[in-house]
Amino acid sequence: MVEAILFVVMGISALAGAVTVVIARNPIYSAMGLLGTLFSVAVLYVVQLAHLVAAVQIIVYAGAVMTLFLFVIMMVGVDKEESREEELPLQRVMVGALAGVVIVAAGVITVVGDFDWVPAAATTITEDSTNGTVQAIAEPLFTDWVLAFEATALLLTIAAAGAIVLAQFKRQRS
Amino acid sequence: MIVPVDWYMALAAALFVIGALGMLLRRNALVMFMCIELMLNAVNLTLISAGRAMNDINGQVAVFFILVVAAAEVVVGLAIIVAIFRRRTSASVDELSELRG
Repeated sequence: MVEAILFVVMGISALAGAVTVVIARNPIYSAMGLLGTLFSVAVLYVVQLAHLVAAVQIIVYAGAVMTLFLFVIMMVGVDKEESREEELPLQRVMVGALAGVVIVAAGVITVVGDFDWVPAAATTITEDSTNGTVQAIAEPLFTDWVLAFEATALLLTIAAAGAIVLAQFKRQRS
Repeated sequence: MIVPVDWYMALAAALFVIGALGMLLRRNALVMFMCIELMLNAVNLTLISAGRAMNDINGQVAVFFILVVAAAEVVVGLAIIVAIFRRRTSASVDELSELRG
């Protein structure tokens, strides 16, 4: 019962935040909408026992990434007018038609074809095996996926170096 | 499990579609970036829900990796936006046509 209530409340909150991101004229409001969505999704993670991932979501996304976003919005300026006129109206119609076809096809596959998008669990479902504690996440992370884990360390180093190079202020040489 | 996994999938699909729409409709590079984050979050939600429904902890490990890659992507992307803004004083992607062939 608690899960159903949380799903409805946090689902509506996540969707409202997502819509705010898209329709807000001021990028600051977009950032606030994204923040709301991130928190709502983090609650949905906790509901599904993904405790560590929810904590990382709050710390990394809502903390670090959103701070970076707000910093850049302030730097670039919030008062820039964005043109909403469509210069390629035909392409908007084409994308809309394509999206409609995809949605209808997915609906037909699900309803008529009786297709299961998520296959049933091979083993009996227990709360313990997907309880995302630090230990439960760390065990596969440092055994099965240790190479990928090391690769992410390299990726983060490259990203930090790349950001420094890109943001470096180059003075005009006379 | 009170809430069926299909509901989580539907919510994630809705979030993804809203993100994709924002990507197509908006021209501000920063807002487009936020829409990418929105879509990444939708995919993360599907991974967590499917991992729980299929009784597999690896869904959460995959989300962990996606979070790391998204963080790296945001760092580089925002650095590029700042670098472009220094030259062009605009964040609209329509005005970036210097690489046009």
